[in-house]
Amino acid sequence: MKTTRVNAVTRWVWPLVLLVALGLVWEMAVRLTETPRWMLPPPSAVFTSFYEDWSLLMQHTRVTLVEVLIGFVLALAAGIATGVAIDSSRIIERAVYPLLIASQTIPMVVLAPLFLIWFGYGLLPKVLITALVAYFPLAVNTVDGLKSGDREILALLRSMGASRWQRFRLAKVPAALPSIFSGARIAVAFCVIGAVFGELVGAKEGLGYLMERAASQFETARVFAAIFILAFMGVGLFVSVTLLERILLPWRRYISDGSRGN
Amino acid sequence: MDAPRPGTLLLTARDITAHYEEDGQILQALDNINLTLEDGEFVALIGPSGCGKSTLLDIVSGLYPQSGGDIIIDGEVLTLSQRLGHAAYMRQRDLLMPWRTALDNACLALEAHGLPKKQARQIARERFPEFGLSGFEDAYPAQLSGGMRQRIAFLRTVLTERRLLLLDEPFGALDALNRVALQTWLLSLWERERQGVVLVTHDVDEAIFLADQVAVLSSRPGHVVHVEHIDLPRPRTRQMVTSEAFLGHRAVLLEGLGLLEVDVVPV
Ligand SMILES: Nc1ncnc2c1ncn2[C@@H]1O[C@H](COP(=O)(O)OP(=O)(O)OP(=O)(O)O)[C@@H](O)[C@H]1O
Ligand SMILES: [Mg+2]
Repeated sequence: MKTTRVNAVTRWVWPLVLLVALGLVWEMAVRLTETPRWMLPPPSAVFTSFYEDWSLLMQHTRVTLVEVLIGFVLALAAGIATGVAIDSSRIIERAVYPLLIASQTIPMVVLAPLFLIWFGYGLLPKVLITALVAYFPLAVNTVDGLKSGDREILALLRSMGASRWQRFRLAKVPAALPSIFSGARIAVAFCVIGAVFGELVGAKEGLGYLMERAASQFETARVFAAIFILAFMGVGLFVSVTLLERILLPWRRYISDGSRGN
Repeated sequence: MDAPRPGTLLLTARDITAHYEEDGQILQALDNINLTLEDGEFVALIGPSGCGKSTLLDIVSGLYPQSGGDIIIDGEVLTLSQRLGHAAYMRQRDLLMPWRTALDNACLALEAHGLPKKQARQIARERFPEFGLSGFEDAYPAQLSGGMRQRIAFLRTVLTERRLLLLDEPFGALDALNRVALQTWLLSLWERERQGVVLVTHDVDEAIFLADQVAVLSSRPGHVVHVEHIDLPRPRTRQMVTSEAFLGHRAVLLEGLGLLEVDVVPV
């Protein structure tokens, strides 16, 4: 118990120390070289912007966060559904899997302006872009997870007379969850990028929109404030998914990868 | 569980042959196996590694199709899928689900048979002390020793209360002490319930100590080369292991396995 507590502390201490050190270097460098603030504001100016623009920043943060969350939930539902469908039938697998992979070669840069044309400047196109970027890792990881199940455990269930649905529920789903969770961790980070990208292409609100407007007004400190919030949002969501996994899959902590899994 | 009906035929394997196909290569695993098991009877299968013992149990349980012959359970020839769910089958590996606690692993088969989870847990929980597992109900398999895992797999198998028990080296992964303890324990359980048991083992002593009949399989493709009727009285005790009769059976079985010839120095 004690060692894990110590580990948790040291895990956070070193990144923080590094972060503070980098901040100091940055601050010093800007001051010593007398770089103009509109070009590169020192961290102190970014903090001032946080203080002065707080309600503005929060207003746009809320918009982006909503896009991210809705997009993520959509991607989760669609990704898992696709994964289950692909795993359930050979024909669906042969038909859908190649298309799924091919779809990844279409760059978002091309889709985003089209979404703007089709769905306008509102919430919908951002949510769709967010969902699209998160969809792929979720779908693929669901397929991998469902296929990773121990065939012998499935055979055991069959010998017990378990139905196909029971085998799915009792063996395949629990075996797939760790993989789905690691897909979700990647996806949630993608979501933040997706939402901001959608906003940059055309929006009336959101952190991406705020950044673009601030940049055009040379309010560079505000741009950095928005970047920090986005980084914080990405890390926060990532950590949330990780914590959720710990709570929902308590058995995982006893598996020291492969050493004992029989 | 239904009451045992001694003297009725529980399981017949009639002219069973089996093969595997890999990359167009055909590998014959079983060759014309004939076996009968009465209700309440204990049969042991021994034979060299790879002779098809697990394959035979897979066929009986409905997991693998035979290429010829019939499996007759309770007097009826059953197709592959009809056999599923008939026997309680303990496979060679413990196959515990890492995401389930010891208790939930033990009640898996009950759940698969449609019992509500709460009730299944209750039934399993009551049996934990008798298996030396008390206090470990909420532990995950990765936290348990090999012996405990094996006992949970075993508990999971017997909780299904099937008349037919198929045990594939249930004690194979255990140390000698655990092994003897579990053998004795299996015997006392069987004395009480009197299921029909097919036990696969590598251990000649284990086979003689536990079984009424020991069938010796040849190396691949496996066929029955000898059936030894063990006439030691029941209930069996550890002391019998050194008895004259026991040693007699042992010599015959080792001979049947071709293991005695190893000692004979060729001229
Ligand atoms: N799924 C499979 N595909 C191809 N060949 C197989 C398969 N399963 C078993 N075999 C082969 O069939 C033969 C019989 O296998 P089986 O597992 O029944 O042997 P066994 O008597 O149980 O051996 P052991 O005592 O080592 O467990 C072996 O030669 C094995 O290599
Ligand atoms: Mg085997």
